[in-house]
Amino acid sequence: MTDLIADRWILDRPNSYIGRSVPRPNAPRLAEGRGTFVDDIELGKRAGHAAFVRSPHAHAHMRSIDIEAAKAAPGVIAVVTGRELAEIHDPWVGVLTHLEGLTSAPQHALPLDTATWQGEAVVAVVAESRAKAEDAAELVAIDWEVLPAVTDAATALDADTPVIHESLGDNLAWRRNANFGDVDAAYAEADHVVEETFVFARHTGVCVEPRAILADWNPAEEQLTVWHNTQCPHMIQNILATHYRLDEHRVRVVARDVGGSFGIKVHTYADEIATAGLSILLKRPVKFVADRMESFVSDIHARDHSVKGKIAVRSDGTILAFEIDALTGIGPYSMYPRTSGIEANQIVNLMGGPYAFDHYRAQATVVFQNKNMMCQYRAVGHPIKCAVTEGLVDAAARATGLDPAEFRRRNLRADDSYPCRSAQGLPFENLSHQESLAKLLEAMDYEGRKAERDALREQGVYRGIGLASFIEVTNPSAMFYGVGGARISAQDGATMRLDAKGNVFVATGATEQGQGMEAVISQVAATAVGVPPDRLKIVTGDTDHTPYGGGTWASRAAGIGGEAVAQAGRALREQILRAAATMLQEDAANLDVRDGVVVDAATGTERIGLDEIGRICYYRPDTLPDGFQSELVATRHYVPRKYPFAFTNGVQASYLEVDVDTGFITLLDHWCIEDCGTVINPLLVDEQIRGGVVQGLGGALWEECVYDPDGQMLNANMADYLVPMAAELPDMKCGHVESPTAESDLGAKGAGEAGTCGAPAAVMNALNDALAPLGARPLTDMPFTPRKVLRALGRI
Amino acid sequence: MENHVDVSMRVNGSAVTRRIEARMNLVDFLREELGLTGSHVGCEHGVCGACTVRVDGRIVRGCLTVAAQADGSDVWTIEGLSDTGEIRALQDAFVERNALQCGYCTPGMLLTAAELLERSPDASRAEIRRFISGNYCRCTGYEAIVDAIEMARGRGDPS
Repeated sequence: MTDLIADRWILDRPNSYIGRSVPRPNAPRLAEGRGTFVDDIELGKRAGHAAFVRSPHAHAHMRSIDIEAAKAAPGVIAVVTGRELAEIHDPWVGVLTHLEGLTSAPQHALPLDTATWQGEAVVAVVAESRAKAEDAAELVAIDWEVLPAVTDAATALDADTPVIHESLGDNLAWRRNANFGDVDAAYAEADHVVEETFVFARHTGVCVEPRAILADWNPAEEQLTVWHNTQCPHMIQNILATHYRLDEHRVRVVARDVGGSFGIKVHTYADEIATAGLSILLKRPVKFVADRMESFVSDIHARDHSVKGKIAVRSDGTILAFEIDALTGIGPYSMYPRTSGIEANQIVNLMGGPYAFDHYRAQATVVFQNKNMMCQYRAVGHPIKCAVTEGLVDAAARATGLDPAEFRRRNLRADDSYPCRSAQGLPFENLSHQESLAKLLEAMDYEGRKAERDALREQGVYRGIGLASFIEVTNPSAMFYGVGGARISAQDGATMRLDAKGNVFVATGATEQGQGMEAVISQVAATAVGVPPDRLKIVTGDTDHTPYGGGTWASRAAGIGGEAVAQAGRALREQILRAAATMLQEDAANLDVRDGVVVDAATGTERIGLDEIGRICYYRPDTLPDGFQSELVATRHYVPRKYPFAFTNGVQASYLEVDVDTGFITLLDHWCIEDCGTVINPLLVDEQIRGGVVQGLGGALWEECVYDPDGQMLNANMADYLVPMAAELPDMKCGHVESPTAESDLGAKGAGEAGTCGAPAAVMNALNDALAPLGARPLTDMPFTPRKVLRALGRI
Repeated sequence: MENHVDVSMRVNGSAVTRRIEARMNLVDFLREELGLTGSHVGCEHGVCGACTVRVDGRIVRGCLTVAAQADGSDVWTIEGLSDTGEIRALQDAFVERNALQCGYCTPGMLLTAAELLERSPDASRAEIRRFISGNYCRCTGYEAIVDAIEMARGRGDPS
């Protein structure tokens, strides 16, 4: 690992907006209902609306498909089967070469003859309205031959279990084994080896705006324009072009407002790809907006893991080793192009991350099954590896008789130990576990809470305190996907331009999903150039009009997209100063741009406004010296190169109360101290943390995609699938330690997923702390429903 | 045309008349017939609250209200309430406190919040949480929304 020395010029700029809670430029229009979500866009009366016939069976062969009645229904434009659509597109296979051995079967936009999960779109109906398309979809008659469904991951590899894809030979998608150090020797040396099995239910993102796409193929221009609520416009451009056999410049992807994404909208959904194909087939615009029932059975699911974990410790608490054996079922295909192996891979890579230990062994088994597909959702793998790690840490603390906070203090990596590598060999640049823990314990008055908890126990009130330290992957380099062959950009570009009135146009490959990326971009751009944010126009989410970029995923937009903007802004400022120096017959080194005006750098005295520079450069270049051509557009790109990821760290705590008669859990308080490096906008970072914590709480307490043994999802609606609502939640306290990354001048790491990572573990540990005096076995099977609590207490 | 009905109502202060399919719900009517796309569709089964609009002074779920039910009614949506300035303090507080992220639930949340402040101007934090607990927000975790409603109340909104 090379020592990095960052140039922190942007943090030292006069009139800096970095570190200030600048309001989001795009928030007022959203607060007035003047956003532009995909379903808000109408492309005239010729536009078709798609509805899909979806498989009612988890696994079934289509002996025949009768579409005649549907075609004759009022308002129907077309009824399209998988075989018809297959003529114009190529299937895809969701594998990455660096996940060695990961396999999957070719997936078409609509299956050719076999449905492999309940809810899979099998026939498309396009009509004048969505309602008419749905009416006609009911008239499509499919002669189904129901096949045995593989639903239980635990038996998916058994010899007598049917194989979903015959061409693959078995239902194994991927197995990874990892071995570092000598775990068996560590077990022999240890005073305690504690084992526990953790279960994580399937859950899903429930974006309030469903997935939506509006595709418009213009055959005369050979141009496919797609309005899509995707997190990754350039990735989707590449995918549509590749699979519809088009050159990339024939495809434009526009992502305007996106109504929540959380990783749900970062994938290639077959029904969305089919919609683009319907537009090409029908030579007219076609819109598809998933309804809520469709969302539950076709938006990716996540987590669904069973993990046997072991920890080996000395009696003084020193952690010697971790070991896991993890099993997950990912549905019938590996999702394209990110694959469904990443969640398991993250768990293997990141187990035990906050702690100093040397010995580690892991096995992850990823199997196919006839359920909806699983893939990356906010904090991929992190809530699992964090809960397994922290659950084992608490179990080891109990075994050694140490207080959980003290146990962590003894084992967390020292803040002066960086750079270093994890037991798995991943490089850590600079983390702050110890300082974060100290800050958390102070913020929550740990000793005071413990005293309160103990006093209340005397009165029959059962409260618990749970801690969870964590690391989080952010700012991924090309090591995440690019090296595995996926056309997913790790780098991001920014173009900035001074306009004639002295205002600044910014186009960025990073995208806005509501996280506040436009505010972050505006702060960095304003600071880098030296203008107030209200003089900026920001353009995102349009492959025709922004530099190539990765979009929003893996907590990358601020740290990578933001750095590209910082560099472009600095370059534009230098261009402005060259023009100003020419006009003023001054050395550019003596000038600066501050608050929209060129000033003497030493005194701050105003010399010339940016509007005047724009006027002269664009309208009166004749007044400038021969040989001077102004250039007032700068583009810069950025990608992290030294470290595969900018790890962040933090620690969360939960304080809750259990009603031992009903099993209900009341969340009383929640704290999160985290370190995302340079905090660009404190308000936005805190709100990312809070929103992320709540999604983590959902997985811990309420959210579960319940399937029956035949592969039918039983709660595919909002009434039965529970998510956190306002009344169940506590206020959350956030705090920060700032250890900027030296990979970039800005020093920002990501903040979007840390909350989701640590919250389930903190709640689990708090719950088990509350139940400990009642002799209950630790609960490790999320979500922690009242029924499970009562069972653990022996009440039912 | 036996499946069609004529509806007339006032929407955001203006009289509108349309012949529509009888099954059309109110939020689809507002979005598709009138282009009022500020009211959003999140679940179509009355749970998420993104389609919340005001009918004759009370908030309703636009997806559970058939448009024909609103015949003769006085309907207000986020667009109208923005134009009149009636919920300006709430909107400003939401922006200032970052009580919206993606903005999809926000129009429904604002209409719900406005009704709460009208009915119970002294609502406690817990009461605010209970009142908005029929509106999904997947982004914020709700705390900022509760804060913003408290902030707006301090500024005397709604009228």
